[in-house]
Amino acid sequence: MVNTQDGPDRTCRATVFALVGNPNSGKSTLFNKLTGLRQKIGNYPGVTVEKKEGICYSQHGKPLKIIDLPGTYSLRPNSPDEAIVADVLTGKRADTPRPDAILCIIDASNLERNLYLASQIIELGLPVIAVLNMADSAKAQGNTIDKAKLAEALGVPIVETCAHKGTGILELRLMMSRPVMLPAKSVFTQTEQGDSVLDNVYSTVSETLAKGSKHNFFGKPLEVAQEKLEQRIEARRETLIEARYKIIQKLCEAVVLKAGTASKKTLTDRLDGFFLHPVLGGLSLLCVLGLLFYSIFALAETPMNWVEGLINHLGTLTASLLPAGQLADLIVNGVIAGVGSVLVFLPQIAMLLLFIGLLESTGYMARAAFLLDRVMNRVGLPGKAFIPLLSSYACAIPGIMATRTIECPKDRLATILVAPFASCSARLPVFLVMIATISAGAEAPASTKAGLLLLMYILGTVGALGFAWFFKKTLLRGGVSSSVMELPPYRIPSLMPILNEVIHRSKLFLRRAGTIILGISILMWFFLNYPRQEEGTPPTMQLEHSIAGHIGKSIEPIMEPLGYDWKTSIAILASFVAREVFVSTVAIIYNVEGEEDEPETHTLAEALKDQKHPDGSFAFSPLRCLSLMVFYVFAMQCLSTLAIVRRETNSWRWPFFQFTYMTALAYIAALIVYQGGHFLGFV
Amino acid sequence: MQTLLSLSDLKPGQSAKIERFLDEAMGVLRLQEMGLLPGTLVEVLRKAPWGGPIQIKVRGSLLSLRRSEAALLSVLPA
Repeated sequence: MVNTQDGPDRTCRATVFALVGNPNSGKSTLFNKLTGLRQKIGNYPGVTVEKKEGICYSQHGKPLKIIDLPGTYSLRPNSPDEAIVADVLTGKRADTPRPDAILCIIDASNLERNLYLASQIIELGLPVIAVLNMADSAKAQGNTIDKAKLAEALGVPIVETCAHKGTGILELRLMMSRPVMLPAKSVFTQTEQGDSVLDNVYSTVSETLAKGSKHNFFGKPLEVAQEKLEQRIEARRETLIEARYKIIQKLCEAVVLKAGTASKKTLTDRLDGFFLHPVLGGLSLLCVLGLLFYSIFALAETPMNWVEGLINHLGTLTASLLPAGQLADLIVNGVIAGVGSVLVFLPQIAMLLLFIGLLESTGYMARAAFLLDRVMNRVGLPGKAFIPLLSSYACAIPGIMATRTIECPKDRLATILVAPFASCSARLPVFLVMIATISAGAEAPASTKAGLLLLMYILGTVGALGFAWFFKKTLLRGGVSSSVMELPPYRIPSLMPILNEVIHRSKLFLRRAGTIILGISILMWFFLNYPRQEEGTPPTMQLEHSIAGHIGKSIEPIMEPLGYDWKTSIAILASFVAREVFVSTVAIIYNVEGEEDEPETHTLAEALKDQKHPDGSFAFSPLRCLSLMVFYVFAMQCLSTLAIVRRETNSWRWPFFQFTYMTALAYIAALIVYQGGHFLGFV
Repeated sequence: MQTLLSLSDLKPGQSAKIERFLDEAMGVLRLQEMGLLPGTLVEVLRKAPWGGPIQIKVRGSLLSLRRSEAALLSVLPA
């Protein structure tokens, strides 16, 4: 796709700046300070990397476009995120115009490593403004940086900022308003030029080999040449890295004034002494995770009730405004109830995203990953995979969104594939109703009920970890780049970028609810209500003769070995939209009279308990309930999750695969439970 | 002359100078790009229990490494 703005008349379009820097260098804070809310977030086509753009106004009110590129340590890409940085900066992406200039953030408190990337950036030959960020923390470490000297050495203008305090932003904007200059000749004469010659020969050789050619290369088979070239390139890269760091080291010695207090323990060192302590660290992690769970379940409850109340109110209002009939029924019971059942989760999602944002920007997330690395390593995942998995116990959607922090694509995919095994809050109503049905009448002790519930959570956890291990051993083998992870200094979080992120992700979720979920809700309503029976037909009869009823009956032979009749099958089918739909569908099917829209768990359980098949067996015997619960533990019954997986993996292949393997597993597991129980003499 | 050790053998609080990489495995380049180069001084800050990762300080920044990866670095204790 050709960007029309990228025409020959370059004066017409806004100047495009690319924002580049190390992770944790304060890049997103600076981006937010520059652009405010004028941001557009999308995806780079074909990859799962997020594309962030914003508009910032120059001194004269001219719009300047800023592309916020993913944080990276080097232009030699290690992950899809990092590949985007190199591709955009060299103009290799057709969907993004090559930037006119680069804003290169340099974290002053970590000068050497930040200059490594900066030196590569400067060599690209584009105009560069170096943004020396967090000079205040460098000063706190006892290091003063001679800005003028550094600017001279790098050959680019430098602006000093403290992005989180907002200082230096004005100067930066002034600098951006001027016509940007090409960098003067910098100290970095060692370029990757030699590399490109080698790379060209290498790619020619590889292409020739790929064509199946058996040419010789100076009398040797091509494979040998390819291998030799690989070694040469690798060796050259190492030499270049060393050479670059040597120059940087010399430069730093010249521009950094050390106050001689470097050996003093910093705040980060002291905090790490506590948070990474073998005992105290573990305990504090437990507290943080406990708080996370508490906030998702308890704190989100009130806003969830508001949303629920609002939806109910909207339903009642619509019903009173519209003439009674099928249209009103479609809108109230199809659209509002269907979309509403998904919208209810918005507060939980926003709460979790806020929490994760805070953990990330304070620097604690990396510590949690450090502490949990050993556990996650057992199943082949990085420590960072823990938070997405844990989040999935509330809702898989934010959990899957949170996998973005995992750099290695294969690790990330494995985490996404197993995250929905974690028992999310939508399963809870199903479990509660089934457990109540099992124990209805026969005063079961509370410990049995709790034990059953716990068992379901354990089953889900075992499924998630077991399959993560399995996928990492088979399908998603290897791909381990490097375990190295930066533990950034602890910082006071800046709220703006976090809130922006929460708002953006919530919007995405809402858009899903407004499109896919809406469509499915309408379809489901149609299936449950058509073909229409005569006026006055009891709802149960209506259902039996509906499309859903026919489908339920036709799949009964498949579901029968699991212990489900056609009515239960309808409920299971319906809950492929969202699990909690099971409860309301069962309530409709068995015509349970509830005081309100949602029947009480207790009354529903009592009613289900007494349901009998024509042959006299109970439709919800304890064994059948257990089989049903096990089915719900493993089955992928959540459209929103599938939609998010589609978005995050950028293909329909993975959500399809996930749906298939999880549902197959659910079927097999429920089959084993029911048939095994049957064999042991239970009914 | 002191004997060479691997980075994973160092005790918390110990510092050492990187001598060389024992294996040119994948990911070694990333370590080098993050500043772990021959001649660089590293300090082991702590090791997570039960064979967990190692926290090190290099060029003023804190990094965490799995022990298997730290074993690829041959170091001279300071």
